[in-house]
Amino acid sequence: MVRLPYSTALTTLFSYGLLFAFGHLRDFFRRIIDSRKPTTNLKDYAPICLGHEDFYTRRLFNRVQDCCNRPIASAPDAWIDVIERYSNDGNKTIHRTSKTSRCLNLGSYNYLGFAAADEYCTPRVIESLKKYSASTCSVRVDGGNTKLHIELEELVARFVGKPAAILLGMGYATNSTIIPALIGKGGLIISDSLNHNSIVNGARGSGAAVRVFQHNNIAHLEEVLREQIAQGQPRTHRPWSKIIVIVEGIYSMEGELCKLPEVISVCKKYKAYTYLDEAHSIGAIGKSGRGVCDLLGVDPADVDIMMGTFTKSFGSCGGYIAASKEIIHHLKQTCPAHIYATSMSPPAVQQVISAIKVILGEDGTNRGAKKLAQIRENSNFFRSELKKMGFEVLGDNNSPVMPIMLYNPAKIPSFSRECLRLNVAAVVVAFPATPLLLSRARICISASHSREDLIKGLEVLSKAGDISGIKYFPVEQEKTTSVEKLKKIQ
Amino acid sequence: MDMALPIVNATATVLARVSAAFNAPLARAVVFGVHIDGHLVVEGLLIAVIVFQLTRKSYKPPKKPLTEKEIDELCDDWKPEPLCPPIKEGARIDTPMLESAAGPHTIVDGKEVVNFASANYLGLIGNEKIIDSCVGSLEKYGVGSCGPRGFYGTIDVHLDCEAKIAKFLGTPDSILYSYGISTIFSVIPAFCKKGDIIVADEGVHWAVQNGLHLSRSTVVYFKHNDMASLASTLEKLTRGNKRAEKIRRYIVVESIYQNSGQIAPLDEIVRLKEKYRFRVILEESHSFGVLGKSGRGLAEHYGVPIEKIDIITAGMGNALATDGGFCTGSVRVVDHQRLSSSGYVFSASLPPYLASAAVSAVNYLEENPSVLSNLRSNIALLHKELSDTPGLEISSHVLSPIVFLKLKKSTGSPTTDLDLLETIAERVLKEDSVFIVTSKKSNLDRCKLPIGIRLFVSVGHTESDISALSKSLKGVSASVLSDYF
Repeated sequence: MVRLPYSTALTTLFSYGLLFAFGHLRDFFRRIIDSRKPTTNLKDYAPICLGHEDFYTRRLFNRVQDCCNRPIASAPDAWIDVIERYSNDGNKTIHRTSKTSRCLNLGSYNYLGFAAADEYCTPRVIESLKKYSASTCSVRVDGGNTKLHIELEELVARFVGKPAAILLGMGYATNSTIIPALIGKGGLIISDSLNHNSIVNGARGSGAAVRVFQHNNIAHLEEVLREQIAQGQPRTHRPWSKIIVIVEGIYSMEGELCKLPEVISVCKKYKAYTYLDEAHSIGAIGKSGRGVCDLLGVDPADVDIMMGTFTKSFGSCGGYIAASKEIIHHLKQTCPAHIYATSMSPPAVQQVISAIKVILGEDGTNRGAKKLAQIRENSNFFRSELKKMGFEVLGDNNSPVMPIMLYNPAKIPSFSRECLRLNVAAVVVAFPATPLLLSRARICISASHSREDLIKGLEVLSKAGDISGIKYFPVEQEKTTSVEKLKKIQ
Repeated sequence: MDMALPIVNATATVLARVSAAFNAPLARAVVFGVHIDGHLVVEGLLIAVIVFQLTRKSYKPPKKPLTEKEIDELCDDWKPEPLCPPIKEGARIDTPMLESAAGPHTIVDGKEVVNFASANYLGLIGNEKIIDSCVGSLEKYGVGSCGPRGFYGTIDVHLDCEAKIAKFLGTPDSILYSYGISTIFSVIPAFCKKGDIIVADEGVHWAVQNGLHLSRSTVVYFKHNDMASLASTLEKLTRGNKRAEKIRRYIVVESIYQNSGQIAPLDEIVRLKEKYRFRVILEESHSFGVLGKSGRGLAEHYGVPIEKIDIITAGMGNALATDGGFCTGSVRVVDHQRLSSSGYVFSASLPPYLASAAVSAVNYLEENPSVLSNLRSNIALLHKELSDTPGLEISSHVLSPIVFLKLKKSTGSPTTDLDLLETIAERVLKEDSVFIVTSKKSNLDRCKLPIGIRLFVSVGHTESDISALSKSLKGVSASVLSDYF
């Protein structure tokens, strides 16, 4: 839960107000200057963006553009080569140089460390590349169904604990094309207020009615369910054909886990179906890496549909849906991404197969178990140290995603640039991915971070945090020298 | 008579006294310079009664919200539909399984077949240079990019690929997407908002339809590839529309339609667009690398300068033998998408090895423009050989690498049509080892064009492959369709 002190809220609002005022002033002068210029040949066309639609982009975002979209020149592993860039016109256009700087990577979704070349996975991937080539150039139902795809579907179903699974080439497209195939007009989707954009798009594209319940608030979910079942469809009051409740395993902007056992019990009571999006949690949490069901002790058979992606923990691309055999059969006949989209690239499929085998220990070593233990240890250590330093850190224990609150718009670029100067690549997020006043820096821990890496990261974050003034909570006194103490232990 | 008169007299006296009593005290009353007469009092009383009635609340039956017990009962009574319909008996669920690369010859279910089901137009599957560049990328960058473009998911190969494509097409800049179909259904909502007008061909494929639906604009469809219908639709929409300066207007077409194999006449469309002041969004998935003298797409084929087309999108899963998609246009168009296109911002970026495969594929196309004439001669040969197939006719354009065969006479029901075509495809595969596929539709697809058999011609197909296909197809369709014509 975010606890926003009053003084911080006031100063943040004041800063945004100032930025908006200056932005409008500049727009005003720009309009005067532009009205004197000769019109171009697009004079009868409406502009691609009307003035107020991209006001935020032009006047606020462009000033701090260098904190986003930083290109790298190496694999997104624990240490990366960030390409240095410069700008001659106040960040309106940014140019690459050929110099790079080696930074600690606290931003990529590399939870189990499969991002770079791996000793077990990469030789097999190269072999499958030579055998099947980079793409099948065909949709899955036509000529894109290879032996690897079938093997991976069976493996995913076994890993997650469901009878069957279907594979799709992109995580975003999984959500936005599966939800319309499951529910249509006359149905109701109840989704958490902080759900990802792909779920929102899928819900909109399906034509069903959408209601939102407050984030992780089970009482409110029950209230919404009762009200909606009792009232029925708006205006006609006919009963809903079906109700699906969509929640995520780990919410990527909060680092929180969802209260899955309570959600399941409420849904069972009211006969609603559950859809669990495990994009960030599959492979990263749980004793054997099986995600939030493993961690919270929920039987996978109780969740109707489990969705996940391979981008984060498995170092590949694509998404999957695991459910009962009938549902998967139905999806294979109707899901548009299965019927119209190029099937997943075979080397990427092989990467996931190898990664799952490592996690399950079927490659003959215990690297998988070591990685899982490492990421749990790393996350808990990092989070507790950050809290001791006085940062406001969100998220639950065991979750590898840690947002640090920044709030003020000026602290966003200052924190980011200071970290980069001290060779740590951190990610800052602001509007529109988060609410306007609640901008934050987000840390993603990986199993490939060693203890020295984490200590260096803590040091740099502390320095940058001091300069930006984001240590909103009191520092725990007797532990102020904890960083030095840890260094001595090493 | 005697009694009436005194009564009348008495009544008259009483009335006279009452009116005198009324008039008398107020006869000399002057309020605010107005003489008060008796009738004013009666009128005052009437007004008071009317006001009293108006202010009384009208009768409404009391609203009773549902009690907790009633809600409980309703929740218990409610029975949801099952999440999916039960499995139909005899539904075809098995797709053929490939055991090698999807080139012109491949191994399906254990035996070697001629492959007409992969959109491998330039024969780049299995190309040595591309595989080498992929291996280099895999060893350097691993497989996935582990993050969206905004958060350290931008790798230098992505920037190189975008620059290469922009240079190849002659546009200022381009933007890469991580999945072929997500390109078009992210681009359209990024530019078209509620209140805008979009004119689209009725034969566009599902991803375009989904993009149009997500954009919440007003969509008007015109007859498939019919320029007269397009002209009249544009005329109808712009006549008398005075708020045109604030509304954006778009025409959405595909260069080669997946659902029919027709090619959109771009010169005509550009002429109409300039006349009625619309912008054009062109979906070039199957024509990039195929049409035009050097493979630069539909604009080169028709000799239209590329600046006249506002937005071009394409999936790279066809001629370029990789995955992902790109969008190109003016600087403003491309920059706008970097913050407001949902498939770009909220999704992980393209795996680096696929981006380097795309760069190598474009290099190959630049160095070997002769593959295009070889492809064209293959398509022409196929057209010639299949022109007299019993029961089936070719309905695609002569230059389209998707050769679309539909039934000469439909049976009347789409399910029986699909059944016949699938039987033909199965028998061709089983008896003659030629792998062909029918066009499949999801029930979410709104396109009403007829289904058929789709053949994807590649430059790697030899003459013997093509003659094997035509012989087999003629034989099987003669026997399967003999009852129907």
